[in-house]
Amino acid sequence: MTEALIFDALRTPRGRGKSTGSIHEVTPVRLASQVLREIVHRNVPNAAQVEDVALGCVSAAGEQGGLIARSALFHADLPNATAALHVNRFCGSALEAVNIIAAKVISGEIALGIGGGVESMSRVPLGADGGPWSMDPEIAFKARYIPQGISADLIATRYGFSRQACDEFACESHRRAASAWREGRFERSIIPVTDILDQVMLTRDELVRETSDLETMAALRPAFESMGRDGGFDAVAFQKYPELAAIQHVHHAGNSSGIADGASAVLIGTARAGHQSGLKPRARIRAMASVGSEPTIMLTAPELAAKKALAIAKLSKSDIDLWEVNEAFASVVLRFAQAMELPLDEINVNGGAIAMGHPTGATGAMLVGTVLDELERRGKSLGLVTLCVGGGMGVATIIERLG
Amino acid sequence: MEYSTLKIDLDADRIATVSIDVPGRSMNVWNGALIDEFGHWVERFIADPEVRGAVIVSGKPNAFHTGADIDLLLEGNEGHADPLDQVIARLSASLRALESGGRPAADLLRGKSAAKPVAVAIEGLALGGGLELALACHYRVAADGRGVALGLPEVQLGLLPGAGGLQRVLRLSGLKVAADLCLDGRQVSAQQALKYGLVNEVVPAEAARAAAQRWVKANTQAVQPWDRAGYEIPGGAGPFDSRAVLFFTAENAKRQSGGNQHQPAVRAILSCLYQGMILPLDGALAFDAKSFKSLMRTAVPRNMIGTLFVGRKRLRSGVPPADGAPRQAIRTVGVVGAGLMGSGIALVSAMSGMNVMLLDREQALAERGKDGIVQRVAERVKRGALEPTALDVVNSRIAPISDLAKLGDADLVIEAVYEDSNIKAQVIRDIHPHLRPDAIFPSNTSTLPIRQLAAHTARPERFLGLHFFSPVDRMSLVEVIPGAADTDVVAAALDYVGRIKKTPIIVSDVRGFYTNRIMPVYLAEAMRMVSEGVNPALIENAALQFGMPIGPLALIDETALTLNYQLMETTRRDLGDAYVPLGHEAMLEKMVRELGRQGRRGGGGFYEYPEKAAKRIWPALREHFPWMPTQPSVEDVESRLVYSQLLPALRCLAEGIVRDVESADLAAILGWGFPAWTGGPITHIRTWAGSSSRLKRIA
Repeated sequence: MTEALIFDALRTPRGRGKSTGSIHEVTPVRLASQVLREIVHRNVPNAAQVEDVALGCVSAAGEQGGLIARSALFHADLPNATAALHVNRFCGSALEAVNIIAAKVISGEIALGIGGGVESMSRVPLGADGGPWSMDPEIAFKARYIPQGISADLIATRYGFSRQACDEFACESHRRAASAWREGRFERSIIPVTDILDQVMLTRDELVRETSDLETMAALRPAFESMGRDGGFDAVAFQKYPELAAIQHVHHAGNSSGIADGASAVLIGTARAGHQSGLKPRARIRAMASVGSEPTIMLTAPELAAKKALAIAKLSKSDIDLWEVNEAFASVVLRFAQAMELPLDEINVNGGAIAMGHPTGATGAMLVGTVLDELERRGKSLGLVTLCVGGGMGVATIIERLG
Repeated sequence: MEYSTLKIDLDADRIATVSIDVPGRSMNVWNGALIDEFGHWVERFIADPEVRGAVIVSGKPNAFHTGADIDLLLEGNEGHADPLDQVIARLSASLRALESGGRPAADLLRGKSAAKPVAVAIEGLALGGGLELALACHYRVAADGRGVALGLPEVQLGLLPGAGGLQRVLRLSGLKVAADLCLDGRQVSAQQALKYGLVNEVVPAEAARAAAQRWVKANTQAVQPWDRAGYEIPGGAGPFDSRAVLFFTAENAKRQSGGNQHQPAVRAILSCLYQGMILPLDGALAFDAKSFKSLMRTAVPRNMIGTLFVGRKRLRSGVPPADGAPRQAIRTVGVVGAGLMGSGIALVSAMSGMNVMLLDREQALAERGKDGIVQRVAERVKRGALEPTALDVVNSRIAPISDLAKLGDADLVIEAVYEDSNIKAQVIRDIHPHLRPDAIFPSNTSTLPIRQLAAHTARPERFLGLHFFSPVDRMSLVEVIPGAADTDVVAAALDYVGRIKKTPIIVSDVRGFYTNRIMPVYLAEAMRMVSEGVNPALIENAALQFGMPIGPLALIDETALTLNYQLMETTRRDLGDAYVPLGHEAMLEKMVRELGRQGRRGGGGFYEYPEKAAKRIWPALREHFPWMPTQPSVEDVESRLVYSQLLPALRCLAEGIVRDVESADLAAILGWGFPAWTGGPITHIRTWAGSSSRLKRIA
């Protein structure tokens, strides 16, 4: 069977996803265009060899709507012959885009393609594309919609993660990310964001704090308490989890993923296509998986997706050297480690979205690059990337470093 | 055609005044005759070139129109030739024809045609289908005054406003007001209706018709706002409007838990609002009709109408006098005991137009009782829940007294002193010599046998029990225990309860009467499960999911564990060998005697009550009653909690402790919060037994 090989992975640094963020001025199409152009120019002498580009994007409305990947190709002056695809699997979108491109390669449909994602949360807010789940009574009543933050609090309550445990996890994420930046561990994958005068606007993840202490965290107010208690969402959760007397609202802005702007791209192809362009493969994709699970608790599926990917690859968890589990909320990763019985020092060794931000449609492919860089740095072999996904889903990819 | 329900007068300006006056009814209602005749008139009105506009008024003095007729609801529910949804669809079509002049919406939109102007004068209650009629008129004038209220109470019968009222409120006032009216059944005054845009003008009562006529005279044609180009629903609407998205996200969350999940009308109304903000009016009306029909396919409306509308109306109307002669009206009420219950009874009696003597053993105590009442009323006037005149009413109608002799002026004297058989016996003996021989003498008691109390009066045939619930002004159930009273005394007592706008049920003179025979069994089942090792949260959530207003353990805490314990001890002592254990005895004893858990007011019970945080289940409970390793399903816990109410209710009916199904059902809903969507425990059993899938599951 044809293998899907990873030749390169690039990302922008993540900007603060607010109007005060450094790259708020940059349109989403321009943000996506910068990583696409760069990954092609660095690697593929004949750009027309790139047959398909799949980009994740969660809030596909307004300037992120209308199949933004196609516009991004135009903006990057890539050949008309390259096709474009928009992927939405909520927070797993960019990893799903990587998996789709890999699957196309494996199936023989294409020889070279790019999977990645883009999200400018400062310009197109989460929820801008609406959706019936929360809005249409016909489905909201049936599927017991609660917002993700309350799902995260539900996980913390159900599996016993205290506010302190979540805060400590968040501080550690900042510590690891700051140290990784200091040591230049992200340098290979980062491309600076530039403005229309080609001036550099941002070179580092903007949200990482060098010092992040527990006392500061402890002062933050729970973000979802009043919404849950007074807005009726806790009561909705009890319909599904009647064994709970109350929900401990432990999450806040400090131990949840940061709102961010960013874009990412991973170049994937066959050995033959790589050879033609003179590329050295950095990794091979060993397995891909996606799963659905109970939508009210919503964010516990990474465990299931990871187990499914391991089974497909005929690997056991002890074979995996490094884990990247998207830090949507502290309790998501704590629960993953608990369920998989993994030590926290094998997971997100260079920090995660709590410290660096989570540009929803782009994060998945960023994590592929992060784990690949670290496998190379450590001389290790196998990495597993997984993200929790809204609506109770999970997506996972296992990569094996080559060379 | 001669109409029996409508009177049409054409004036010199060729404006028709249509006076609705349904014969044989105190208030106008949509019955078969009115729907047919109104529909016929609308067709003629549209076609007749001699008529250039209309004003719709009520021929009744007290109300404009109060919605669907009880017979219509019943017939529609029992599979008659014309199911209710079809009748309502016909009415909806007539109202749409009235406002559109029978023209296609596309023509109105392009300004190619218009309707003849129609105005309405709302001079009293406009509820349900009555308000729906008013909203289809182009110009709505409301009289300013106490008796004027607008509302859409259909949800309380498990239905939705099916004749366009929902869509027109949405289009006039936006999503929030529409939800208030349609989902909460909120009634609004004329002034509020003006603020919300539901009416165009509010005028003094006597000026309403003239104002409506003036408007029709001034307008040669009319088009509703939603039939004009550029119309937008106020306050934001549509799936791309962030305000509307937020509205639905919030409402969907707030309204899907607890009993609401068994009440399909709640979801259906939200869906009609959702679709209504996207579809044009005609499409929205069609969707409403389908939703209405889908509700009629469930048992909920039939059950709710049967108990809460038909049953309640029958029970409130009391017993007609055997000889047809009107009974002596009760004008003056004596209330003995100015405590919590006595004050409550005095308040509701005064508010219903009776003079009240509030008696206590010292004048100062009686005065204090009255002060408390005045204070409570003042607070509610301040909140806008009562008209300012309510203060004058209680001030002038309630006289605090301490002289027993004055009770000789009262038509009815209620004893409401402390619930202790010795104290009550003494008070009854003290009072009865001062009463008029024909006075009715009820005792308010929740536990004491009436015949025993009656032995302390010289006239047991005029003595009976009235069990009020606390707080009296909010709880609308009264258990009437005839004891040895004459039938006309019972009938007069029923009249009194009806007049204070409460629902009486007649119950036998047995321990606990009806409601307090069942509540202890239900609460005992919850405690028994705790002692078996069921997770308390599962018990509380199971009760809430069925639609109980509060979890049973929280309720025990509210009423005090100590009180539940005393009640159990008394029953056990009184019954001796005949006492049938409910399985909670040892655990309740342990909670009270060994662990000192008294309830909310005594520092905590099944819950603890931190000063600055929400109550939480007492953490040590689990040490004393360890959880079973495998917990039952929430469905099984719910079943146990429900059956512990259904079975004793059925037994009370079988033993004649309550006289009929309506009484057993209504008392459960009004007395201890059995969920309204069921139509009550007996109706719930009937519906349940009729569902074959359930029976199969058991078999």
